[in-house]
Amino acid sequence: MSHPQLDEHGRLQHLLSLDGLPREVLLQILDMAEPFLEVTEREVKKVPLLRGKSVFNLFFENSTRTRTTFEIAAKRLSADVINLNVSTSSTTKGESLLDTIDNLCAMNADMFVVRHASSGAPFLIARHLRERGLEHIHVVNAGDGRYAHPTQGLLDMYTIRHYKKDFSRLTVAVVGDVLHSRVARSEIAALATLGVGELRVIGPKTLLPVGLEQFGARVFHDLRQGLRDVDVVMMLRLQNERMKGALLPSKEEYHQRFGLTPEKLALAKPDAIVMHPGPLNRGIEIDSSVADGPQSVILPQVTFGIAVRMAVMSLLAGQGAQA
Amino acid sequence: MNPIPEAERLYATLRERLTPDIDHFDALVGIHSGGAWLAERLQRELAPAKALGSIDVSFYRDDLAQRGLGRSRVRASHIPFPVQDARILLVDDVLYTGRTVRAAINELFDYGRPARVELAVLVDRGERELPICARYVAHTLPQPLPAGERLELARDEAGLFTLRTLRDEPPTTR
Repeated sequence: MSHPQLDEHGRLQHLLSLDGLPREVLLQILDMAEPFLEVTEREVKKVPLLRGKSVFNLFFENSTRTRTTFEIAAKRLSADVINLNVSTSSTTKGESLLDTIDNLCAMNADMFVVRHASSGAPFLIARHLRERGLEHIHVVNAGDGRYAHPTQGLLDMYTIRHYKKDFSRLTVAVVGDVLHSRVARSEIAALATLGVGELRVIGPKTLLPVGLEQFGARVFHDLRQGLRDVDVVMMLRLQNERMKGALLPSKEEYHQRFGLTPEKLALAKPDAIVMHPGPLNRGIEIDSSVADGPQSVILPQVTFGIAVRMAVMSLLAGQGAQA
Repeated sequence: MNPIPEAERLYATLRERLTPDIDHFDALVGIHSGGAWLAERLQRELAPAKALGSIDVSFYRDDLAQRGLGRSRVRASHIPFPVQDARILLVDDVLYTGRTVRAAINELFDYGRPARVELAVLVDRGERELPICARYVAHTLPQPLPAGERLELARDEAGLFTLRTLRDEPPTTR
């Protein structure tokens, strides 16, 4: 299998997906995020590592949190950040994705952070850059279609390691709409690479993909059964548009069967942590008393996300030129 | 030829040179990793009441584009005292081009405006590329080391220091 995100020396050239990302690279990013977390706690939250670099945030699909945390991460590395609100710009006048990229390259971009509704768009950009001989420009996938959201997957792994240390001893449950979730795909790939003790996937039949067993996952259609004695509960956001597609009877029924309530969480280990990538649908996939409760690490996830994105960007920027 | 000096003897010299002046400082800050070990031991033996910090200058280096962050693990800097108006003794094992010290001073200033910063090193190997000099030096190499050779402090399990020379690794390909 070829790895379009690795260069000929096996080093990370772009971050496109956690599928097929070697364990050593994954651990390198997690290790590197730790000292960046210290930077985010300083009085002056800024280091000069990416001074003079131009990072373009290209969001072809809306996202406030992810765009903001990428912007903060780049600014804390002293990069110049240009946010392109693409839905209101020339793409609506018919310019193609790659024409947009060519124009931004002509503006001396150093890095693209790309969010796109179509799976594979960041791969397309990375391939295009290679064909143009612009290998010094890096691409970070900030979420593409249903395929991948690698920095979310990485920050989730960072969060688990922060609270629970050794993956091999853990039982981790991914709960909800796995079928449509790029977050779930990235989480499951990373958990498999890091050798999690037991991986459980919990959700209604209509919202789980087939073939989960090949990742070593145990599949549950009953939240109460699936949560028994888990160390980590990773909730997924229920996307409202799925409700219209007849995959679910109603929000109320979903909440009753798959919503995380204090009573269901009590079935997990007493020190289990609860994660959610946001934005929260309170009262649907998660109760407020759980989201705001003592076992929730949802807000620390956001803070860790900045450090992880700083690590990814500096790793990429440091590998542009040959030593 | 430069014989490799004996590190424990050099450490004793450095400690001796610092002893009369140690109260001119509020805090010791070691540069990761050799300087941090030295600062830790100097603080323990000379001034246990003074603040101790450590700095990893990886995020302040001037050669990221050429060399990347490297394979070695970056440590979090740890400055557990107010830098504003503090008199700081910066400690490193080997002073060479001065670029590491430049990066460390830049980093310190992101925590505040120190009243003064002085530098103490075990070995000065010369060949500066910046106008930086150490106030406290245990040993100055009489001749430059051959290009591509590095001098590095090591610490054994008993906490004793040794100096060793290493060849710079060729550019990593993996």
